[in-house]
Amino acid sequence: MTDNRILLEIKNVDKAFGGIRALRDISFCLQDRSITGLIGPNGAGKTTLFNLITGIFPADNGEIRFNGRSVNGFRVHELVGLGIARTFQNVELFESMTALENIMVGMHTRTGCGMIGSILRLPNIINEERRARTKAIDLLKFVGLEKYAHQKSGDLPFGWQRLLELARALAAEPELLLLDEPAAGLNMSETRELGGLIRQIRDQGVSILLVEHDMNLTMSISDKIVVLDQGSKIAEGPPRAVQSDEAVMAAYLGKAKKQEQHASHTKS
Amino acid sequence: MCAPRELSVLEKFNGSDSMDSRYRKIVYIVFAVAVVCIGLAVKNAYYLQMLIFIGLNTLLALSLNMLMGYAGQISLGHAAFYGIGAYMTAVLTASYHVPPLLALPAAIGAAMVVAWIVGVPTLRLTGYYLGMGTLGFGMIVHIVLREWSSVTGGASGFVGIPPLAAGPLVIDSEQHYFFLVWAMVLLCIIMCTRIIDSRVGRALRAIHDGEMAAAAVGVNTKKLKLQVFILSAGMAALAGFLYAHLIYFVSPGTFGFLASIRIVTMVVIGGMASIWGSLFGASLLTLLPEWLHAFSEFEMVVYGLILMTVMIFLPRGLTRGVLDLFERWRKTNDR
Amino acid sequence: MQEILQYFFSGVTNGAIYAVIAVGFSMLYNSTELINFAHGEFVMLGALCMISLSAGFEMHLVPAFLITMAAVGAAGMLFERLAIRPVRHPQHVVLIIITVGASIFLRGIGMLIWGKDSYTMPPFSAHSPVDVAGAKLLAQSVWILVIVMTLTAGLHLFYRRSLTGKAMTACAVNKKAAWIVGIPTKWMVLLAFGLATAMGAVAGASIAPITMSSYGMGTILGLKGFCAAMLGGLGSLWGAILGGFLLGILEAMGVGFVSSGLKDATAFVLLLAVLYVRPQGIVGSRKVQRF
Ligand SMILES: Nc1ncnc2c1ncn2[C@@H]1O[C@H](COP(=O)(O)OP(=O)(O)OP(=O)(O)O)[C@@H](O)[C@H]1O
Ligand SMILES: [Mg+2]
Repeated sequence: MTDNRILLEIKNVDKAFGGIRALRDISFCLQDRSITGLIGPNGAGKTTLFNLITGIFPADNGEIRFNGRSVNGFRVHELVGLGIARTFQNVELFESMTALENIMVGMHTRTGCGMIGSILRLPNIINEERRARTKAIDLLKFVGLEKYAHQKSGDLPFGWQRLLELARALAAEPELLLLDEPAAGLNMSETRELGGLIRQIRDQGVSILLVEHDMNLTMSISDKIVVLDQGSKIAEGPPRAVQSDEAVMAAYLGKAKKQEQHASHTKS
Repeated sequence: MCAPRELSVLEKFNGSDSMDSRYRKIVYIVFAVAVVCIGLAVKNAYYLQMLIFIGLNTLLALSLNMLMGYAGQISLGHAAFYGIGAYMTAVLTASYHVPPLLALPAAIGAAMVVAWIVGVPTLRLTGYYLGMGTLGFGMIVHIVLREWSSVTGGASGFVGIPPLAAGPLVIDSEQHYFFLVWAMVLLCIIMCTRIIDSRVGRALRAIHDGEMAAAAVGVNTKKLKLQVFILSAGMAALAGFLYAHLIYFVSPGTFGFLASIRIVTMVVIGGMASIWGSLFGASLLTLLPEWLHAFSEFEMVVYGLILMTVMIFLPRGLTRGVLDLFERWRKTNDR
Repeated sequence: MQEILQYFFSGVTNGAIYAVIAVGFSMLYNSTELINFAHGEFVMLGALCMISLSAGFEMHLVPAFLITMAAVGAAGMLFERLAIRPVRHPQHVVLIIITVGASIFLRGIGMLIWGKDSYTMPPFSAHSPVDVAGAKLLAQSVWILVIVMTLTAGLHLFYRRSLTGKAMTACAVNKKAAWIVGIPTKWMVLLAFGLATAMGAVAGASIAPITMSSYGMGTILGLKGFCAAMLGGLGSLWGAILGGFLLGILEAMGVGFVSSGLKDATAFVLLLAVLYVRPQGIVGSRKVQRF
């Protein structure tokens, strides 16, 4: 299913915020047309890694390569142009704009009308606008929100806002899609539908890096899992292998286990 | 569970996302016809002068609204660009005898270049810091206009600005000036509406809602903010140009801190991010002082009270605020 | 040398005044995240009140000073209660316009009470200027410095030692958390307004003998105090004081060595320079934006 081309390569990346070492010496690769799950307890550094990949802030050390070229020092919007799109852990929609407009903003890098062009409104601009609108509606249909195209995005229920954000990220026609906890706040059936959508997106040729606390979802759709704990990578591999990995169990269950041991000690 | 909400009257009017250009054209035509009728009907020079000032203030409010209402970048020094436009044409036409038609691009261009230079460092700031940065810039321009007396005439002002003329055509009657100013207003309204309704306008509004998020979906926020700053400076300079040739005299007092605040007030009272709101806010704030003359020494007190009261109770501006109140009233009546 | 010292003295005097005004700005910003554009008008009220009480009603200086502070502080609290607290969605622009409205209103009030004339009053004490290495230091300057020092020390102790002061600091750091642990945040805001405007009154009353005071004097003083607060970093007490003195001294040097017309420009040029290089001010720390 996956070919062997490497789309994203993280090489020895470090990031510290003051005294907090949010990421230390992280390296892994992401295959083209694959779904990679990035998991880890709260504060492991997952969102920070997303912020580094999307250029929100620079890495202290190390290199990030996308499509074979180093993207260190690129600005946030340039990376979108290169083909990296994302969603946010705390939904970041443009709340005063409609669902449709949100998606059309998502197409910003794929359309070209500038200040002068918009004033002159020549036929090619009108065409571009029309095409963008049609495509935006298609994307709304894809996530099932076409009925709410003209609703203010801030007025949508939270779960739909997540879907809208996903559609907005897709509007940038990315090669790599970063999803930060897309299922948070969704119910079971919505989560299942989301899983289907993510697979469909992958099948259309988009690679996905997925941060998600819902293990059922992550384990069922990921081709590979990377596990972070307190800023370090502690495991990497296919879902099944990672699930039975000692270090991972310790990271997730460590405290509980120790307490159990402690309890059994006192009993005996 | 979440039925598509009906568009409110104002949204329909602004048509922010339905590109209903036919509807829009009708509005423009109605507007143009209204302007022509008013221009022909009103003969009283004082009223014409008032209407011309409303037009100039509309240009100013519109220009600031692009920056503040749409892109969300506050400016407390916008009168500086108004002043640069006015003084540029004053000096060029009166001191150097440049024909006004050539002074116009020079005035607008000068303001735009200044905006470009100032905008690069200033637009990195946000919130109060941005407000303070623009305020500081405005004050500096004001002080330069006041102190550079060899060129600007100093605190007492600059006299002897010639009337607008292009070849044999001289625009010196109030009525002609009225038509000129309001033609410019219509032109700018069309221009701004088109920008707002385009890819660029959507990106601007996105910056307003969340600058980082806008960058993260691919908007070059730095460049766009700078562009809209320059555009808005240019429009303010156009107003300044028209002002200078209207009253043949400019003085620094017209372009100080309070003038900047007045423009901000027009935008906010009229309604942020509303093109027609700018027109309304400008009309109100041009006429209000005239009405308040009746209060003689209580004028300032009443003016201040009105500003505070409107902002406390209708923070979204008068137009939106009144519509909100109306909507609430209708809902309680329905029940 | 003597000249420089002379400029320095006048700079320190003005700087002390800017510092007091800046402290008022900073205090308010801390507890309400609000910039009070009417602050300068409270300075004006302080100056004119002081003049009326001491010169008009021939009151003794000390009670006149205290009554001025109390009256202006009360006006500030009234302003908070009537115009700031009712605001439901405190956005920057809305608050800016409300406070600008208030400044116009207060200027109007000032004009109604005192008319358009300028007033002044005799210095606090009749001592002749002190001679320091050939430069003259006015007795009133000494008064101003003493008053400012006392006030600053008092404020510092208030914030560090008193329970109310600590509660105010807590409010400034995190309003909601402060409310949860039982601090009456609304009272704290009211108190902050009272204190800040009273500080404004102190500034006004102290300069009354060395300037001409009229209803329009507040705007530029307010803006400069604002610059000073910004220079030091909004919200920091010591930053505001540092910023005030820095501004005063540089301005005086500017007047001395460049041109007196450009005096007012100094504040704003300095402000832009600091904003561009260190937007968080000299003392402040940068806020991080995160997702
Ligand atoms: N901008 C920032 N400034 C300072 N510290 C930060 C910043 N962003 C993240 N951190 C810190 O870095 C660490 C990792 O945070 P991060 O948000 O990446 O974790 P996460 O794995 O996404 O956790 P969660 O599952 O809770 O979302 C945390 O200790 C966090 O407090
Ligand atoms: Mg996270």
